[in-house]
Amino acid sequence: RCVSRTHVNYEVKDNVAVIRINDPTSKVNTLTRQLQDDMMEVLNEVWGNSAVKSAVIISTKPGCFIAGANIDMIKVCKSAEEVSKLSKEGQMMFEKIEKSPIPFVAAVNGTCMGGGLEFAIACHYRVATKSKKTVMALPEVMLGLLPGAGGTQRMPKMLGLPTAFDVMLTGRSIRADKAKKMGLVHHVIDPLGPGVKDPEERLIEYLEEVAVGVAKGLAKKTVTVEKKKGLMQKVQDAVLGIPLVRNQVYKTVTQKVMKQTKGLYPAPLSIIEAVQAGVEKGPAEGYHVEAVNFGKLAMTPESRALIGLYQGQVACKKNNFGKPEREVKSLAVLGAGLMGAGIAQVTVDKGVATILKDTTTEGLARGHDQVYKGLNDKAKKKSITTFERDMTLSFLKGQLDYSGFEKVDMVIEAVFEDLSIKHKVLKEVEAVIPPHCIFASNTSALPIREIAAASKRPEKVIGMHYFSPVDKMQLLEIITTDKTSKDTTASAVAVGLKQGKVIIVVGDGPGFYTTRCLAPTLVEGIRILQEGVGPKKLDSLTTGFGFPVGVSTLIDEVGVDVAAHVAEDLGKAFGSRFGGGNVDVLKTMIQKGFKGRKSGKGCYVYSAKKKDKQVNSGTEEILKAFKLTAPPAVSGDEDVQYRLVSRFVNEAALCLQEGILADPVQGDIGAVFGLGFPPCLGGPFRFLDSFGADKLVQKMKRYEDAYGNQFTPCQLLLDYAKDPSKKFHK
Amino acid sequence: ALKPLGKTLSKPGVRNVVLVEGVRTPFLQAGTTYADLMAHDLARGALQGLLNRTAFPKEAVDYIVYGTVIQEVKTSNVAREAALGAGFSDKTPAHTVTMACISSNQAMTTAVGLVASGQCDAVVAGGVEFMSDVPIRHSRKMRKMMLSLNRARTLGARLSLLGSLRLSHLVPELPAVSEFSTAEMMGHSADRLAAAFGISRLDQDEFALRSHVLAKKAQDEGLLTDIVDFKVPGKDIVSKDNGIRPSTMEQMSKLKPAFIKPHGTVTAANSSYLTDGASAVLIMSEEKALAMGYKPKAYLRDFVYVSQDPKDQLLLGPTYAIPKVLERSGLTLADIDAFEFHEAFAGQVLANLTAMESDWFAQNCMGRKAKVGAPPMEKFNLWGGSLSLGHPFAATGCRLVTMVAHRLKKEGGQYGLVAACAAGGQGHAMLVEACPQ
Repeated sequence: RCVSRTHVNYEVKDNVAVIRINDPTSKVNTLTRQLQDDMMEVLNEVWGNSAVKSAVIISTKPGCFIAGANIDMIKVCKSAEEVSKLSKEGQMMFEKIEKSPIPFVAAVNGTCMGGGLEFAIACHYRVATKSKKTVMALPEVMLGLLPGAGGTQRMPKMLGLPTAFDVMLTGRSIRADKAKKMGLVHHVIDPLGPGVKDPEERLIEYLEEVAVGVAKGLAKKTVTVEKKKGLMQKVQDAVLGIPLVRNQVYKTVTQKVMKQTKGLYPAPLSIIEAVQAGVEKGPAEGYHVEAVNFGKLAMTPESRALIGLYQGQVACKKNNFGKPEREVKSLAVLGAGLMGAGIAQVTVDKGVATILKDTTTEGLARGHDQVYKGLNDKAKKKSITTFERDMTLSFLKGQLDYSGFEKVDMVIEAVFEDLSIKHKVLKEVEAVIPPHCIFASNTSALPIREIAAASKRPEKVIGMHYFSPVDKMQLLEIITTDKTSKDTTASAVAVGLKQGKVIIVVGDGPGFYTTRCLAPTLVEGIRILQEGVGPKKLDSLTTGFGFPVGVSTLIDEVGVDVAAHVAEDLGKAFGSRFGGGNVDVLKTMIQKGFKGRKSGKGCYVYSAKKKDKQVNSGTEEILKAFKLTAPPAVSGDEDVQYRLVSRFVNEAALCLQEGILADPVQGDIGAVFGLGFPPCLGGPFRFLDSFGADKLVQKMKRYEDAYGNQFTPCQLLLDYAKDPSKKFHK
Repeated sequence: ALKPLGKTLSKPGVRNVVLVEGVRTPFLQAGTTYADLMAHDLARGALQGLLNRTAFPKEAVDYIVYGTVIQEVKTSNVAREAALGAGFSDKTPAHTVTMACISSNQAMTTAVGLVASGQCDAVVAGGVEFMSDVPIRHSRKMRKMMLSLNRARTLGARLSLLGSLRLSHLVPELPAVSEFSTAEMMGHSADRLAAAFGISRLDQDEFALRSHVLAKKAQDEGLLTDIVDFKVPGKDIVSKDNGIRPSTMEQMSKLKPAFIKPHGTVTAANSSYLTDGASAVLIMSEEKALAMGYKPKAYLRDFVYVSQDPKDQLLLGPTYAIPKVLERSGLTLADIDAFEFHEAFAGQVLANLTAMESDWFAQNCMGRKAKVGAPPMEKFNLWGGSLSLGHPFAATGCRLVTMVAHRLKKEGGQYGLVAACAAGGQGHAMLVEACPQ
């Protein structure tokens, strides 16, 4: 029987059963059927062996304890009941461990997420390594699910209600030392350097030695499971012992969730419900609600959308263009503005020597400060040490001239968005860089082929469109022209991946993909403002649909000047389809100095003191001057929302139709990670699949009647509307 | 039977540099008899002791180089203050060097360089560490306020500055005990190092016990002749190291880990302890020494400094330095008759020995084809080491070199090898060759 066991094995050392997990079919351990079956078999043997006094659960896979449940196992289920059954099986296995006659020690090195963490907390004692790879989290909420193997029941007991809610509702990652402070693990182990074998192999061995020591201690009762509680903890426990207080906690948490999710995400509410059931009505009810809710959630479109995004994100973190011929080891950024400095920061952060060039010392000093501040903030949060900050900063070289450019492997320009300036810079750079060096342009709308027209070597020219703030926004949009070589693309993607970006690679054209979807949405937003919907109302309508930032705020954040520039440029390129609002509204705002957040005034007035921003009365006056009558048939709240969304989605579909986008997955990822398309909808294409292309086309036809061709659905939309069985995602 | 002498390591065209004499104050645990002194007092003791023992004419000393790690702010160039106080000529320049636990090695090799290049004929090198008193500072906030107070012109300005005084200003700043680059305490790093090489608690305790037993034996047999008496004002004359305490394995096993709790293996008993002490050596060109009628103890030959990752290889200096210094002089490990390693922690020494015995380490971490091999224990630190004798950071280097010279003489060996690790992930090794008897 042992022969059939491939994922779990064990040996008995000094009366301690050391149970080792390793899924030979994958780079990570997940809770697959095989793993669970093997585990149950081993557990039964261990419990049947009277010589075994305690047990250690450890993974021999480098960098991974258990990464979680297997998503495919959930995805193949056809009904909520089927998924609930999976949950119940998990609950049962972990309950057996919890109630085991011998103590269990979970020895954690590497990823310990979702079901993996639920497994670990079912054990009686946890030892974890402080390796950078050791991360604990219950990220189910981010997939629209809940911790369905007892997590909602054990977490509150272990961490107290407030912390347990925080961990489960945010899905945030917890490092080992933090986990120790929270009381999630009992004991931590520092990672080791090289000895006489691979350091990680030795670390796992060492972890096992320590865990076996703890297990022996537990069996002999020289080690206790109970942690000493601090005064604060005791006070909190006492206060939360009062039902009235607990009710208040549930209420507050629910309110907070509703405020943040606008009720668009069912998972957080389900988590609260399962926790409440367990705490108030006992474990039987708690486990029951957890399993039932888990099943229900798995069937929701929100969960499908979020899982789709997760898998899309994984797909967009791969280089599909092969290994570049030369690794980019040194890089130069032109322009030390917000974008340039941001790009420099994410590059030096990964230890790549970076030149930051500007034309003035003031500009350079500002850019240098931005990079320093970005790194120093990390040091303040203790995610790096001040020494690491200094080391990282040593990779940055600020300068005003082109010295050293003869040795760089890639130049990314982030100069002013003006074709003639870009041409000038390109020529200057090409005069000094080596032949293999790649020239990348960070532009948000100028077609790359027009920039490359000034190049002697257009095969080395590519677009790399970063999003602001560069160190926070995950997306990188890479734009290739028909002349860009495959190796240039491979190099750009490799650099982006090194910088930690999620990457979409799109075809060239005005506005590429993201800016092209954004422009008509912004123009429609202006039209809506002109029709008398106030900036605040417009914001609440957009955020109410699931966008993280409202359209009025977005205009201020992007900058009114940038928005005007983009709207005008793309308006020229695409004609009346990009019409709607009047760009002169923005231009008048610029004249009055309302350039958005950076100038302190835009749609709103910004001040450092007040948290609550006020609408800018100057902008309101401008809007009055440009007032348009709202056609009553298409101006209800819902119609306003769908006018914005349909223009976005139609343009995205056009990008797919025209081949700017290679596939819907990249379209969804680009829209969500670059533009904040509602994650609960999973992106424009996932939205079309779940909402129905036909329904959207019907709405667009009504808007088309009222406004004209900005709302004419593209051919691809019409095709999908005609045949409801056609889906963008399989 | 004595083995036949190997080739001499002297190099054509390079002056032979010799160790004429080496002395040290007794090494005392911090906070004991030396407690009320200052660093330069101990340094004076060593320097004066060197003059007394050699009867060397002070005006013939060309230069003085001295090491120190934790600096007393009042005597930041402790070399000069101590030399003046020890009655050296005020015409002899002196400078202070610092390189953590290999500070006096650095002082000695600086002297070797001065002599070998013909700049000097006689240089005094040494080092001092005084752990009974360390500079504890006001907080940065307080210092800033005090400096501003100096500049404040009016009473009002002064009062308003004083008004900004908060309780938090008064929290003092202790000297850093952890590595600046990694913020890790050395004992913590040593514990991780021992774990990485699989060195058990038992092995460490056994090694520490060996160090104490051998040191006790050397003390009892009167082999520690480098010690010069030190008279503490108002107290007795100190003439013996006071940290040598052979214990039992059972007693040692009772101690709890000092750094990594609760599963660590490094304890107070298998680590070197905070020590006060100073050492000094006289380094000369061979011809001058002979011309002045001295009988040098040993030649100071090839030496290397190395450095590596301060996080995971903080204390592996010897492993990196030894193959290099052997290659420079064309020797193998088997040619060495006496080894003197600095013992920072028992686990650190054993980790180095294990690393030197490991082909995996040689190939994966050092870029070498094969291991260099570990020294045999019957030639290794036979008169105790830093674990038992004590470890005044900047004084240990001279103690090692003098001890290896004395051992070569006593044991009849030709080549000695000194190796030490130091904070910052640095290390040092030096080859010492006995002078013809």
